[in-house]
Amino acid sequence: MAITLKINGKSETIDAAPGTPLLWVLRDHLGMTGTKFGCGIAQCGACTVHVDGQPTRACITPHDSLEDAEITTIEGVEGGAADAIRKAWVANDVPQCGYCQSGQIMAATALLRDNPTPDDAAIDEAMSGNLCRCATYMSIRRAIKQAASFA
Amino acid sequence: MLMRDLGIIPAQHAGGASDQASPYVNLSRRAFVGGAGLFVLGVALAGCSSYIEPEIDAAAFDLADAGPSPLTEVKGGDATPALWIAIDKDGAVKITCHRSEMGQQVWTSMAQIVADELEADWEKVTIVQAEGHQRYGDQNTDGSRSVRFNFHRLRVAGAAMRQMLVAAAALYWKLPEDQCSAKGGLVSNTQNEETLSYGNLAELAGRLTIPAEADITLKTPKEWRYINAEIPSLTVPRIVKGDSTYGIDVKRPGMVYAVVARPPQLFGRTGSVDDTKTLAVPGVLSTVRLPDAKPPALFQPLGGVAVVARDTWAAIEGRRALVIAWRDGPNAGYDSETYAKQLQATARRSGKVRRSRGDVGSALASAKTRVTAEYYAPHLNQSPMEPPSATAEWDGDRLECWACVQDPQSTRDTLAEALGIDKENIKVTPTWLGGAFGRKSKPDFVIEAALIAREVGKPVKVTWTREDDIQHGYYHSVSAQYCEAGLDEDGTCTAWLHRTVFPPISSTFDNSVDEPSDGEMGMGATDVPFAAPNLRVESGDATGHLRIGWLRSVANIYHAFAVQSFAAELAHAAGRDQKDYLLELIGPPRKIDPAAEGATYGNYGAELEEYPIDTGRLRRVVEKAAELANWGRKLPAGRGLGIAVHRSFLSYIATVVEVAVGKDGAISIPGVWLAVDAGTVINPRHVRAQMEGGTIYGLSNALYGAITAKNGAVVQDNFPSWRLLRMEEAPRDFKVAIIPSDAPPGGVGEPATPPAAPALANAIFAATGHRLRTLPLIGAESSKLKLPAKQTT
Repeated sequence: MAITLKINGKSETIDAAPGTPLLWVLRDHLGMTGTKFGCGIAQCGACTVHVDGQPTRACITPHDSLEDAEITTIEGVEGGAADAIRKAWVANDVPQCGYCQSGQIMAATALLRDNPTPDDAAIDEAMSGNLCRCATYMSIRRAIKQAASFA
Repeated sequence: MLMRDLGIIPAQHAGGASDQASPYVNLSRRAFVGGAGLFVLGVALAGCSSYIEPEIDAAAFDLADAGPSPLTEVKGGDATPALWIAIDKDGAVKITCHRSEMGQQVWTSMAQIVADELEADWEKVTIVQAEGHQRYGDQNTDGSRSVRFNFHRLRVAGAAMRQMLVAAAALYWKLPEDQCSAKGGLVSNTQNEETLSYGNLAELAGRLTIPAEADITLKTPKEWRYINAEIPSLTVPRIVKGDSTYGIDVKRPGMVYAVVARPPQLFGRTGSVDDTKTLAVPGVLSTVRLPDAKPPALFQPLGGVAVVARDTWAAIEGRRALVIAWRDGPNAGYDSETYAKQLQATARRSGKVRRSRGDVGSALASAKTRVTAEYYAPHLNQSPMEPPSATAEWDGDRLECWACVQDPQSTRDTLAEALGIDKENIKVTPTWLGGAFGRKSKPDFVIEAALIAREVGKPVKVTWTREDDIQHGYYHSVSAQYCEAGLDEDGTCTAWLHRTVFPPISSTFDNSVDEPSDGEMGMGATDVPFAAPNLRVESGDATGHLRIGWLRSVANIYHAFAVQSFAAELAHAAGRDQKDYLLELIGPPRKIDPAAEGATYGNYGAELEEYPIDTGRLRRVVEKAAELANWGRKLPAGRGLGIAVHRSFLSYIATVVEVAVGKDGAISIPGVWLAVDAGTVINPRHVRAQMEGGTIYGLSNALYGAITAKNGAVVQDNFPSWRLLRMEEAPRDFKVAIIPSDAPPGGVGEPATPPAAPALANAIFAATGHRLRTLPLIGAESSKLKLPAKQTT
């Protein structure tokens, strides 16, 4: 049965099987492939989106549990924190292959929004759910601190 | 122009250079110049406001036939400008990248090389991803060699195009060419302030004769503006917006989605299949039985049953509902615990001599001290964050595939064989790769997509889940090594014996092969740079039971772990400082030729004359890394520094790791200091990123990495059981020193990985007195650290 989701401020009608995770609705039904598949069990963070502003793993979140929620993806995240993070990501050439970086940016944006001057410990705590096999971790730390200085 | 549309990949982009097909098909002698784009003239130049650039009418020039390209066979391959560069009328410079972008920033580095010699305006440079085609020469993006293979020819291509643009301006102005000069996308008349833009000149330039290599003047390193410069990445601005197309992101009209249930064992077979429940899962469309795989493994799919659905989730759910009776194959008995004992027993016996100097036997017999050690390292999985994924479209005659492949040419060849069609009817375009590390040089997943697409008659995307990636890979080989050395009264090493045993990668291509290849032996064993007067390197045979494949830095990983750990063990036995003793083992600056001592040594395909094994460069990185780490400083209890040095992929890297070991045995890594000599560097940002990334890749594998098999099947399945290093474990302090060098470029993608594990093990020893010789270090091994610290060898 079709339901309506609010994604990046836009209403989208979804006709997917009940229980289908948001990740596959975004990617396969809506063609929004910025949100990535990495593990399917909420262990890598590649699929991180914001649900009502909170970083959420789209790979284990049934889309039909989100009817009243505001969903934000990498394609739509905006605001001061997102701008500062993107700017710092570009200035530091943070991504290597870039595949995990949608999730990294969604996690970092929420961190910076809630804590404008995160230290190493705060960064590690907020970001340790996001794996990066290219190991851009050191660059991410540098960039989050630089983003904090932009704000 | 980029694959900027997130939707369907536009054909002209997906096809790479195919929008410029005619000059390639006819192998035009002329540099190709694109015709599209808005042509804007009348740009007033700063300081010359009265000057209006005239529009050049190329057709007005009566030119003779340009003749064949003299640049088809320069060092590295075809440097014909048309193959690499297209300049639109509006000045847009499109550079074709024939290598796969997988995070090493090859789009940016290839563009830097071409644009520098071309004297292009960097702001106008965009990349066209090449499809797989032999016209580009080698496209196999592995072995850390994109820059090494292409540095010269891309410079030649850029310079040739620049000279043709200058010649076109000279022709237009009726001036001698030496009164015209090219810079930043413009040719200037040096006699006045007039300029002609590249876009304006391009069509005329494209009709001129391509200069011969002898007539091409490359810029001197001092004249470089983009080479060896911190040029920002061409991919990052898109990545931060989520505007990027990886293999898993490809979309085609009418596309369906598939996952595959594969036999748990290599060469296991599919017995009875009951798909009743699968077909009842909402969204599932059909199942497709794939042919069983037969030895040798090659790049063929593993067989099993594909589930095709209207989205990936339905396919995954449908697969869960399959009832399949798997039949045991020849590897059903493979058990990692048993196999380790077998490898270790082989390592203790004499093996085949692969390099020898002096007389190790008598030197050991007469040594004052003999030291022995055994090392073990398990299988590893590459685990790029993007699992393998491919999309195939079959129209009855022609096949088109888009996939995250490191080598589109071998992909195309393998598809042709698997489908029994001519490769001229197959087009393969690499997408961006969400990491690769060697996994995506094997196109088995693309063959799956093609077989399923042919069966269902629709475009099909095959996605590997993380479990698929971990359990059905091409694994880094498991290894056991035996080291023995003799020291004299002064602690000087007089005899070095290193024996290495591992199932070779060749077993994947011929299952009767169980002898390590010269290539694998030349990755850290037969090229050992130590000066001991007596030295012998041996190998032992081992049979493969999983698909064995390349993983970032390959055999260098276990060889460097043994050699550099053992070096530190000898330092301890001699009562000497690790770093000082390492330099003594290396000996004085000199050049080493392993072939002079009986090795069949390939030197990564390069001539030793051009890329020697230079112990002077090895010593320099050791000294630099030690300086960077403030080697010798006093550390609190439970902390230690370890050092390791290794030459691989023609680059030299020394790594110092600091560890802190808690009372509970927990290991953390506060700092890493690394020095690299990679010869000529295209972009220091890329080098630093690869040094950080390659090191952490090595540390992650060393701490946690173990793929094990039971009853022939891989035990680990997802990130909890196959653990990777996370942000909170990454060193807070990580410094990289790049040694300035005008030597030819070496590799940077892989060589930071090998020294990481031994530097870590040496640091743990320095901190605790416990020598860990089995990887991974966390688990059974690290439990030793909870014991009261004591000094052992």
